Amino acid sequence: MNAIVERERGLLEVERRIADLRNANVNQPVDFSVEIAALEAKYETLQRELFGSLTPWEKVNMARHPSRPTSLDYIGQFERFDELHGDRAFRDDPAIVAGFALLNNHAVMVMGQQRGRDTKENLRRNFGMVTPEGYRKVQRLAHTASRLGLPILTFIDTKGADPGISSEEHAQAEAIAMCLYEFTQARVPIVASIIGEGGSGGALALGIADHVIMLEHSVYSVASPEGCAAILWGDAGKAEEAAARLKLTSADLQRFGIIDEIVAEPLGGAHRDPATVVTGVLGAMSSAMEGLAKQSPHELREARYRKYRRIGAWQTERQGDIGA
Amino acid sequence: MAIPDWLRSRRGKNADGRDAALWAKCPDCGEVIYRRDLSANLDVCTKCGHHFRMNAYDRISMLIDGDFAEIGGDIMPGDPLGWVDKKTYPVKLAGDREKSGISEGVVCGIGSIDGFDVALGVMDFHFRGGTMGTVVGERVTLLLEEARKRHLPCIIFTASGGARMEEGMYALMQMAKTTAAVTRLKRDGSFLVSVLTDPTTGGVSASFAFESDIIVAEPKAMIGFAGRRVIEQTIRQKLPDQFQTAEFLLEKGHIDMVVNRHDLKATLVRLLQYAAGGIRGRSTSSGQAPTEVGQTR
Repeated sequence: MNAIVERERGLLEVERRIADLRNANVNQPVDFSVEIAALEAKYETLQRELFGSLTPWEKVNMARHPSRPTSLDYIGQFERFDELHGDRAFRDDPAIVAGFALLNNHAVMVMGQQRGRDTKENLRRNFGMVTPEGYRKVQRLAHTASRLGLPILTFIDTKGADPGISSEEHAQAEAIAMCLYEFTQARVPIVASIIGEGGSGGALALGIADHVIMLEHSVYSVASPEGCAAILWGDAGKAEEAAARLKLTSADLQRFGIIDEIVAEPLGGAHRDPATVVTGVLGAMSSAMEGLAKQSPHELREARYRKYRRIGAWQTERQGDIGA
Repeated sequence: MAIPDWLRSRRGKNADGRDAALWAKCPDCGEVIYRRDLSANLDVCTKCGHHFRMNAYDRISMLIDGDFAEIGGDIMPGDPLGWVDKKTYPVKLAGDREKSGISEGVVCGIGSIDGFDVALGVMDFHFRGGTMGTVVGERVTLLLEEARKRHLPCIIFTASGGARMEEGMYALMQMAKTTAAVTRLKRDGSFLVSVLTDPTTGGVSASFAFESDIIVAEPKAMIGFAGRRVIEQTIRQKLPDQFQTAEFLLEKGHIDMVVNRHDLKATLVRLLQYAAGGIRGRSTSSGQAPTEVGQTR
């Protein structure tokens, strides 16, 4: 059970009681306004206690919240979207949604990992875990966007690439590698938003960008906390400890220069006020895109090269600490 | 360091008997082999042909004619996350340096193979499981940049468990950095070859290992994106033995060829000859037959 969902239960109970009292206030001659005010105060306090500051592990749970807005919730707010399908070789992967779109009247190519919003959809979309076919769809459309001069906008929301037999048989590693390759050579602006969980290479496949935006409570890590704990300590149960060590929060990653901008979330998380959050993210993507549009294809690629070239933390005998 | 000096230093070590392990056991057939015989046979089991995981400098001396000018050898890891579990990250690194005899997970440099000048990178599984952190990413990137600048063909031997957890997102971003360097190198015409050795997985397989022009693999090397254990846990069944081996990948069409270690140098030389037929990359002694070229130094 998601730890945030668990916590919300008490809150939802208070919410229900407030609604009941409001109802009674209208329908019955007794005045409940004092009780309502008391409950509302309690609600405020409770909300701040529960969500005022979140540990890295709580943020992981927030990023995985079943009601958190998904790629399609953002893409649905574009003025127009025409979905495109398939890898031209084997199948269409429903864990990637992609296509032409209009944002602020600009034609763009948009793509994102799509997890399900209920169990049935989750099964169809493989919980947002992308197969090689999905990554080849991404490569193909990124290439087309680059040729047509359309900016590429991506939404990142995945636990990681699909780790199944068929994915290995269809060269998952190559499919991800060639996404990275396509994104590094694209001649158009790329703006990426990490809206939920950004897990490992499967997330990075859509993550090489000139401007990287991250929602406040999203997480982005070298491996899922469970994966990291299993790799290092042979125990996926130590995920909470791994989450604390991995420095996977938006604040950490902005400090490291790995992301460029954080979009704030309402108290309690993005799903408490999805409309505002979606508008905020799309606004940030739009202005980043407009800023980048002033650069020539050559300047864009050079700047992107320099951006990724300098990421790292190392030292030499001669220079002491450099990088970072 | 020149390869002959380095070889001498190692031989001396063996002669004194300072190396505790004089014998190696083949993980495949169980044969116990005298280490010197194993080395003489390029770390291939004398009984069953199993390819042992090789040390980076042994590989380099197996391929390179004479001197090898290292690139980025002075770049050493930082500790950006201040990582601590049972040990601190710097303590783990010191242990690996001691155990493996190399300073980080990859050795890169310029040398010649049978007269062909090449940029050569060799990963070593004995250092942190060949994981890619900042230093591996940085050294590989410097190698690719040098190859591009000098129009040299570039050969990279991979051996990696994936991205290095202790460097967090800095490690993941090395996939982006190395890829950016590969993109430039290939755009400007240099020839890029990967040789996948046991094991090549995760962030290394999903970046420069699978972005090259030609992909060679050693027999039975384990190659894939997700590790075997992760897949087995996900699907809750055991995988067949052949799954994710070099031979399996060859059959599925993911790699160009599987080459026995004894034939590897000759194969690479032939590839370099083909590439030199179209583009730059031939050293000064071009035009002669490869066997003679090797003698010209």
